[in-house]
Amino acid sequence: MTDTAADQTRGRPAITKDASQERQKAMIASHFTRLARAPETGDKCAYTFVPGNLTELLNSFGVLPVLPEINALQSGMRGKSRDYIGLAEKLGHSEDVCTYVKCDIGMLKSGNIGPTGERLPSPDLLLLSYTGCFTFLKWFELLAQEYSCPIVMLHVPYQGDGVITDSMRRYVVDQLKKKVIPALERISGRAYDEDLLKEQLARSARAEDDLVWVLESAKHRPSPIDAYFGGVYYIGPIFTAFRGTQDAIEYYRELRAEIEERLRLHKGPVTPDGELGEERYRVVVEGPPNWTSFRQFWQMFSEEGACVVASTYTKVGGVYDNGFRHDPSRPLETLAEYCMGCYTNLNLPTRVQMIARYVQDYSADGFLINSVKSCNSFSAGQLMILREVEQRTGKPGGFIESDLVDPRYFSASNIKNRLESYFQMIAQKRAGAQ
Amino acid sequence: MTMRIETCVGIDLGSTTTKAVVLDPDQKVLGRGITNSRSNYDVACKVALGEALINARFALIDGRLQHAGVDAARRQGLLQQFELAFREQQYRSQLRSLAERLHHHAVRTGLGTATLRALEHIAAQMSDESAGLFRLGVARKSDFFRDLAGSRYIELAEALARDGVHAFDPLVGLFDKAILEVENSTEAVGTFAEHARASMARAGDPLLQQAVAQVSEIELEQRTCVGTGYGRQRLPFPEKLIRSEILCHGLGAHAMFPATRTVLDIGGQDTKAIQVDEHGIVTSFQMNDRCAAGCGRYLGYIADEMNLGLHELGPMAGKACRTVRINSTCTVFAGAELRERLSLGEKREDILSGLHRAIVLRAMSLLARSGGVQEQFTFTGGVAKNSAAIKALRDLVRENYGERTLNISPDSIYTGALGAALFAWREVQRQNETTAEVMS
Repeated sequence: MTDTAADQTRGRPAITKDASQERQKAMIASHFTRLARAPETGDKCAYTFVPGNLTELLNSFGVLPVLPEINALQSGMRGKSRDYIGLAEKLGHSEDVCTYVKCDIGMLKSGNIGPTGERLPSPDLLLLSYTGCFTFLKWFELLAQEYSCPIVMLHVPYQGDGVITDSMRRYVVDQLKKKVIPALERISGRAYDEDLLKEQLARSARAEDDLVWVLESAKHRPSPIDAYFGGVYYIGPIFTAFRGTQDAIEYYRELRAEIEERLRLHKGPVTPDGELGEERYRVVVEGPPNWTSFRQFWQMFSEEGACVVASTYTKVGGVYDNGFRHDPSRPLETLAEYCMGCYTNLNLPTRVQMIARYVQDYSADGFLINSVKSCNSFSAGQLMILREVEQRTGKPGGFIESDLVDPRYFSASNIKNRLESYFQMIAQKRAGAQ
Repeated sequence: MTMRIETCVGIDLGSTTTKAVVLDPDQKVLGRGITNSRSNYDVACKVALGEALINARFALIDGRLQHAGVDAARRQGLLQQFELAFREQQYRSQLRSLAERLHHHAVRTGLGTATLRALEHIAAQMSDESAGLFRLGVARKSDFFRDLAGSRYIELAEALARDGVHAFDPLVGLFDKAILEVENSTEAVGTFAEHARASMARAGDPLLQQAVAQVSEIELEQRTCVGTGYGRQRLPFPEKLIRSEILCHGLGAHAMFPATRTVLDIGGQDTKAIQVDEHGIVTSFQMNDRCAAGCGRYLGYIADEMNLGLHELGPMAGKACRTVRINSTCTVFAGAELRERLSLGEKREDILSGLHRAIVLRAMSLLARSGGVQEQFTFTGGVAKNSAAIKALRDLVRENYGERTLNISPDSIYTGALGAALFAWREVQRQNETTAEVMS
C-alpha cells in the first residue's frame, strides 16, 4: 500500500508528494532491487556504516553499499522492529544493547528482508568504516560470525582536540591505501581507479552545495523546511548509496528548486498533517529522532506550531555547513577528512559551539535534546551540552528521552507532556510576566 | 438584589487527586477543594470545584462575621462548629446514596433477604455513627468519602462474617460497585444551600445564621477556568485554557513564596524540578521519564507493603536511629528490598528512613539536571506533607548546595491549581482589555 493510500484508509488527509520525494523513492527502490538481484548479476556488496561513509570509493569499484543502521531505522518506521528486537533478545542480546544492533540481528535471523520487501544479499565485505562508536565494532563482530566474508576496519581517530592534524589525516589515508582499497580490489576484481573516484567526488561536492543551501533555507522566517523531521529525508540520498552519483545531483537540484518556490511563496514546511500553519516556535534539536513513532513524534511538534530549524542528526553522516566539501583534487585526503569530520566524531566543545551557533544563526527560541540512552555516541555528555548551550545563548534547553527503534521506550504521554511544557515555557518567557 | 462575585478557577487533575482553587477578582484565594481522581475525570473536576466553592463560602461567611465585629477566636469557633455540621450533612447525603445503590445492586444480582438485611444493618450502623465522626477533636483517617465510608463498611462486613451472619466477599463486591457510582455522582455530594440549611439547627448563633443566609444568596460567577495536570487534555476546556503543570507549579510556587527560584514537586506519578525567575516564569525544568520510580506512588506502595496508612510513613521514619541504605530505585524492587531487610532483622523505622532518602535522591538528580537548588527553594506536591521526605531533602540539599531556605506551604498540594487559577485570572484581564479596546 502506498503512503497516500494508507493515509486515506486511516482517515488522514492525503499529502501530495513533491517530485523530489517521488524521485528519492524511485532511487531507493532501484538500489534495493539491484541489491536483491546481486546474487544473479554478480554485483558485489559491502555492509558499512553511515557516519563518515566511503560511498564514492565503494561506487568507484562498483560495490553496492548496504547500511544496517538504515535498515534498522526503516524496520522501526515500518513497525517491524519490536519483533526483530524480541528475537535478538531471545538469542541472548541484552536489553541495554543499542536497539539498531538488535533490530538488525533480528531482521537477519528473519530472512534478511530489506525495507522494500526484497531480500538483501549476504555481504562480500564487512567494511567497518567508522570506529567512533564502539558498538559498531561489536556489531560487525556479530555479523562476522554470520557471514564468511572478509572484514576490514578503518580506524577513525576522534577529534579529541577539536582539529584534524596532518598525522591523523595521514593515518587514515594510509589505512585506505593499505587495507580498504586492496580489500575492495579483491572482492570486485577491479583495480583502484583514482580518476573514477575523482569524478565521483566532484559530483558529491555539487550535490553537497545544494543540500547545504536547502538546510540553510531554514534561516528564513517562516522556515520553508523542517530541518529535523523533514531533514532526515533530505539527507537520505547523500548519506546512503547515492553520494557521487548523477542521481544525487538531480535529486538535490530538484529539492532545492522546490524549496526555493516555497520560500518565494512564504510557505512553511509540509508536516504529516499538511502545511504547518503559523510558525510559533523555532527550535534546534540535538540527537537522533525516534523512528517507531516518527509520525506521532513529529505531530507533537507540528501541532504546537513548532518548526525545527536546525538539527545535529542531519550531520550524522558528515558535516558540511562548516564549509567542508569533497575535494576531487585530494581524493583520499578528502575522504579521510570527511570520515573524521562526521558529527559524533567531534569533541564536546565543538558540539556545544555548533549547537550554540545554530541557535543564534537560525534565530531559534531554544533547543531540545532527544536523548537515547542506548546510543552512547550521541548521549554521552548531553547534559553538559544542555547547560553550556543555555549559558552561551541564554535560550532555554529542553530534554526528552526516547529510543531509536525499540517501541517500548517511547512513552508518548510523557514526551508530549514535556514538549508541551517546553513550548509553553517559551511562550511564557516571550510574553514576559504577563 | 443578589450579590455576585466574579471568580477565576484553576483545576489540577492529578493522577492521585484532583484539586481546585477559586480566586476572587483581587487574585486572593477564596476557596480550595480536593477529591480523589477517578476514572471519570469530569466528575473529579466537578467534585473538586464543588468543594472549592463550598470552601469559598466558608471564607465568605468568615468575612461576614468579621464585618459584623466578631473577634477572631469566636469566629474560628463558630465556623468550626458550622463546618463540622455541614460535613456531617454532606457525609449523610453520600451515605444515603450509598445505601440506595447497595440495595439496588443486591436486588439486581438476585441476592436474598439475608443480604438486604445485612446491608440495612450496616447502613443503619454507619448512619448512627455519623455524628460521632464529625465532633470537635475527632481525627478522621481521610477526608474522602470513599476512604472514610469504605474502611468502616469493611469493618462492619467483617464483623457480620465473623458472627456467621453473612459471607464477607459478596458484601465487598456490592460495595465496590456501589461506591463507584456514588463517587461518580455529583448529586450524591449535594449543594451548599441544601447542607447549609440542614446545618443551621446545630449552628445556633444568630450572627452565624445571618451570615450563612447572606452567603447562601451570593452568586459565585465563574469568569474562566484553566486546567492543568496529567488529565488536562481530557478536561472539557478550550486548548488555550489548558496549561502544562510545569508552568502552573512554577507560578503557583512563586505566588506562595515570591523569592522562590527553584521548585521541586513530587506528585503521584512524576517528579518535577523547576527553575523560575523573579516573575515566576519557568526558565528550565526536568522531569522523570520512562520510569516513575521515586514518585509519590512509591510511598503508597511501601505503605501498602507495610500495612500502614500513607500519612503514618513519615512519622514512623522520624523515629529511626539510623538510615538503612536502600539501593533500588525501582518501586517494586524496593518492596523486595524492604522485605529482605525486615527478614534480616532491621527495624521498620530505619528501613523507612532509607526509603525516604532513596526517593529524595532521585529528586536530587533531577534538581541537578535542571540547574541545581537556588535560593529560595520551594517543595510542593503531596510528598511535601511527609515529614521524613522533608528531612531527607533538607539534609541532601545542605550536603550538596549549602544552606537554602526551604519553603513548604501547608497548602502545597494546591500549588498547581493555584498556578492554573492565576493563569485564568490573567486570561480574564486579557479579555477585559480586549473588551475595553473594542468599546473605545
